[in-house]
Formats: sequence, C-alpha cells, structure tokens
Amino acid sequence: MGKTLFEKIWDAHVVVEQEHNLSLIYVDRHLVHEVTSPQAFDGLRENNRIVRRPDLTIATMDHNVPTNNRSLPILDQTSAIQIQTLEKNCKDFGIKLFDINSPNQGIVHVIGPQLGITLPGTTIVCGDSHTSTHGAFGALAFGIGTSDVEHVLASQTIWLEKPKSFEIKVEGKRKNPHAVTAKDIILTIIKNIGTAGGTGTVVEYSGEGITDLSMEQRMTICNMSIEAGARAGLISPDEKTFDYLRNRKYTPKNYESLVEYWGENLKTDSGAKFDKTYTIHIDNIAPQVSWGTNPGMTCDVTESIPTPKDYSKGDRNQEKAAQKALEYMDLKSGTPITEIAIDRVFIGSCTNARLDDLIEASKVIKGQKISENVSAMVVPGSQMVKRQAEELGIDKIFTNANFEWREAGCSMCLGMNPDILLPGERCASTSNRNFEGRQGVGGRTHLVSPVMAAAAALEGHFVDVRQLDLQ
Amino acid sequence: MEKFKKIKTIVTPLDQVNVDTDQIIPKQFLKLVQKSGFGKYLFFNWRYDESENQKQNFVLNNQKYQNSQILVTGDNFGCGSSREHAVWALKDYGFLVIIAPSFADIFYSNCFKNGILPITLEEGIVEKLKHESEELEVDLENQILKTNSEQISFDIDSHKKKILLEGLDDISQTLQFEDNILEFEKQSKVPSVL
Repeated sequence: MGKTLFEKIWDAHVVVEQEHNLSLIYVDRHLVHEVTSPQAFDGLRENNRIVRRPDLTIATMDHNVPTNNRSLPILDQTSAIQIQTLEKNCKDFGIKLFDINSPNQGIVHVIGPQLGITLPGTTIVCGDSHTSTHGAFGALAFGIGTSDVEHVLASQTIWLEKPKSFEIKVEGKRKNPHAVTAKDIILTIIKNIGTAGGTGTVVEYSGEGITDLSMEQRMTICNMSIEAGARAGLISPDEKTFDYLRNRKYTPKNYESLVEYWGENLKTDSGAKFDKTYTIHIDNIAPQVSWGTNPGMTCDVTESIPTPKDYSKGDRNQEKAAQKALEYMDLKSGTPITEIAIDRVFIGSCTNARLDDLIEASKVIKGQKISENVSAMVVPGSQMVKRQAEELGIDKIFTNANFEWREAGCSMCLGMNPDILLPGERCASTSNRNFEGRQGVGGRTHLVSPVMAAAAALEGHFVDVRQLDLQ
Repeated sequence: MEKFKKIKTIVTPLDQVNVDTDQIIPKQFLKLVQKSGFGKYLFFNWRYDESENQKQNFVLNNQKYQNSQILVTGDNFGCGSSREHAVWALKDYGFLVIIAPSFADIFYSNCFKNGILPITLEEGIVEKLKHESEELEVDLENQILKTNSEQISFDIDSHKKKILLEGLDDISQTLQFEDNILEFEKQSKVPSVL
C-alpha cells in the first residue's frame, strides 16, 4: 500500500518511536516570536540548557509591534519589555532575529516563505497556531505551546502522537476567481465540516481547486486549517511551489537537486489510504461572510443571518451558542448580509496580507473613496510585502481612497498592539478569527476576503463582489 | 512539575461549546514574560465588565464554586490560539481537572505539560456532571470519577497518565535520547537556515 504525503514526511522525521503511537519527531525549522517564547528561554536558563540548533531557529517580532511610525518609541511598556526580552534572548542564545527595524521583519508566517526558510518536505514548528500556513509548501508545520517551544529549543525535537490523515478534495473551477477567492473556499469548508471537523488530523488538500491556486492563495487555505481544528494543512508541492522559493534570501545552494528530489517524492501515492475524506465542489460557491463568533458561523453573502434553530440543525448546544453569538454580534436572524453596516475595515494578518491579496483588494477601490462612515487600514504582512506594494504604487491607491497604510505586523488580527476595535464597533476583517473580543473587547468581527473587505469599505456595508467588474 | 494527586471538590459547570483560548485568557494579558499570576485574568472579559466589576451571572463569580478544582464544559474546549497562557491561567486560578466531550489538540497537549488533567467523556455523562452538586473525586491512578451515587471510569493514554502521576520533566527525558538525535542529524539532508 502506498503512503500519503503526510506519512512520508512523518516517517522521514521519526527519531525515536515508542508505544502509544508516540514518536520523537525532528524539527527542521523553528520559528520564534516575542509572545510565546520568553518563558521558554527562562526555562532554558533555569536548567542551564543551550539552544541545540540556533542555525535552524529564526526569530521575529510581529504580534505586539505597533504599525505606525517605526522611529517612535513603543509607548506600551509591557509590549516594549516583551520586545526587549526577545532581543536579549536571541543575543544570549545566538539566534538570528529580524527585529522591528529589519527590512525582513513581518508576520512570522509571511516571512518564512518569503525568505526561503520554509521548504518542502521539512518539519516546521512555531509557538503559534497559524504555523499550519507553511503546509502550502508541502511542509509538515505545527503550532505548539510554550513548553514545547522550550523543548524544541533544547532538543530540536518534539514528542507527538501521530495524527490521522484527512484528505479534502477541492473539485471544480470558480467562475469568477477574482471575486470568489481562496478565503471563500476555506471558509466554506470550515462552515461545512465545523470548527472541530479536523481535530486530531493533518489535512491534505488536493484537486483542481487547489492546484489552480497561486502559492499565496494556497497559504490562505492552509493557514485556516487550524480554524477547522486540524493540527496542520498540507498541499503537495509542484512547479508553482518550486518557482516561488527559487532565489529567495535563504534558498539553499543545492536547491535544484532538492527540487528534483521533492518533485519525485513529495506526493501521496496512488494507492494510499486516508483515515478520512471530504469532497467539496467549488464551481458555484459564493463570497463568504462570517456572522457569528467562530469561523464556522459563516454564510454566503447572498444569504440572511440564520435563526439559531436553522443553524444548529437540532443540536441544543450549537443552538445556544448561535443565540449567544447573535447577542454578542448585535444581529437579528433574517437580516440580509448585504444590509449589515460596518464601521471599520482591516486588511491584514497571516491569512490575507500578502502582495497578491493587496493587489486584488486595490483593484476594487482604485480611483474611489471609502464610505464616510468607515475607517479602514491596510497592514502589510511583512516589510517586504510593503516595499513590493509601494514599488507597484499600490499604497497610493489605498491612501487615495482614505485607507491608512501601515508598517508590518499581526496588528488588529488579535489586537495585542494599539490597533483595536472599540466596544460595539463592527469590522470587515481579512483575518482568521471572529472570536468574542478578538479584535478588541466588545468588537464585532466579520471574516471576509480582501476583495470583500475592500468593497465593504467603499459602500459601508457588505456587497456581493461578483457584481463588480473585477479582472 | 508537581505530581498529580487524588482530588475531591465540587465541579464548576461552564455550559458552553467551542470555548476558545481567546476567552480563557484575552490577548491583553499575553504581553507578560513570566508564567505565574495569570489566574486573576482567567476568562477576564466574561468575569468582569468595562469597569472591572464582577459580572454576577458568570459562573466563576458565584461564591459556591470558589474552591472548585474541576471545570466541566462543552465540546471543543480550548480551540483557537496555541497560547499556553490559557493553561497557566486555569492552573493558577486553581483548576486541576477539565472535563469535556472533546478538546482542541494543542490545548489538550499543553495541559499535560502543566499538570492539568483533561478528561474526555461522552456528552451525556458530561451533561450529568454539570449538574452534580456534591463533591466529585478524581482518581487518576485508577482512572475513576466518584460521585456520591456512582463511579465513572475514564480513558487516558498510559504515557500521559505517567507524566502527570510522576510529574515528569519532558526535556530531561528527551535528552536521554541524545545519541538518537545525533544519529538523525548526521543523515539529515535538510540544510541549515544560516
């Protein structure tokens, strides 16, 4: 019997195999950021341990960095301390750091691929659940907690129970790929399989609907695998993958020979069996808008807010959760999605702040102004994305439309820096989580694609972007 | 890590599904660089209003549950962000056992690194436990929950059980495999970043 891509990468990284399905797995790349690492470095110090492989470890600061003028001091003292702590830890333990002033600073899941640190067939971990993003390159990439961050720093390995394999086949072709995006594909999948639909599994995405996508769009898909509860998302690498990583800053010198090996080996064998399979046809899917407080509470832009009863399909707990979500979101069942007025627009995050995302969104707003009732911002995923966009004049399109154009960071995806929603504010956001208070206490988040966010900024409410002339 | 001992307290029912780690410990508290003291921020936005007064209808603010060490809750507990601060907050507040029909993967794994026992039970049993007004005894060694009227057995991976019962330090265990790690590194073809 053949092996799945996941099994191949897993098997190639087993250092020790024990009973209970438990294996010690070698880590090829460890990405570190300021929020989930300080306690791990403290643990190393307390036990007189060193970082085993600083040459496989890369750090940046992204979660709590301000996105306004970088020459100004950081006013929030606790943030400043956390940032200084990462600087000191990287210096003490010999780790390469892209600090706040580095031209390579950015969201860890944006810079990894951009710098050629992310490679097919590798194992990648980071103290961040959206590490699943790197799976778009055929890497087995997991989010881990701080204890495991310390474990990986000390041993370059991690104990894992082997997850189950889950194939999600994405069949068909989108009729309007500029209006119906990768974000809409993954939100539809989460809506259908639920926020725990992937728990305990590594998802491999396959089919024409995936191979059609650019690398940036594939990252959007893998990024939100965690929102379906999966440990990781995975896409078999192809020529698009290899082209993307060629000639990056840290692309290995023997790259072409690696490509040859990857091309032959990094795919699921035809006879391989998955523990679970789900197929979705995307020919007719619509742009998606979340209405509740988890990413599964999502519907088509053409629909109305469901009743808790309809949403829950008879599950009492889900019905209660939907009721609570509607109260928090201050929404009524039966309201058409396109009648929901918004106050803020956030285009950013590790889900949707890459160059492709910004270009697509800019096409919607070119030559227009955002609604007077809306304040909107673009936070590029990395300083490199920011520079590339500026070279193309994309920043001017946004600023001319009255968007703010910021420096790179996680920003209002989780609001650890000063970019937050005020209580009661409603936001069209290209991020990944619409949890209560995620973007600010009392803030209300609607998850959408970059083009949907841009269109909502212009009109002051959600619109079906399929009605626009997008090329 | 401290060894996990038998406990007996009343249960705190948190009757919600999909409780995410953003609710367990909101982002404004993730800026701290130490592991201790997160208990006072546990479920902060559910426990306190804008003026930081206790919200009377939230279960943790009910005096009755003040000394409870067992949280009983809904499906997919701990979903979302990988933040271990969520587990630190639960532990620091005083919870040592969490019972739910299912847990999110990263949260589940984080529990064992910090001496918290997550117990997965059928939804029907969890529902019943939410309404248990007497003290519940949690006996990990024998994998049994005892109420006044009945005994409920639970499953747990034997390796994880051992980690909790013996309070094992993961890293020193792993470093015993140094030779295996070195051997692996010798044959690995993955290039360094730097």
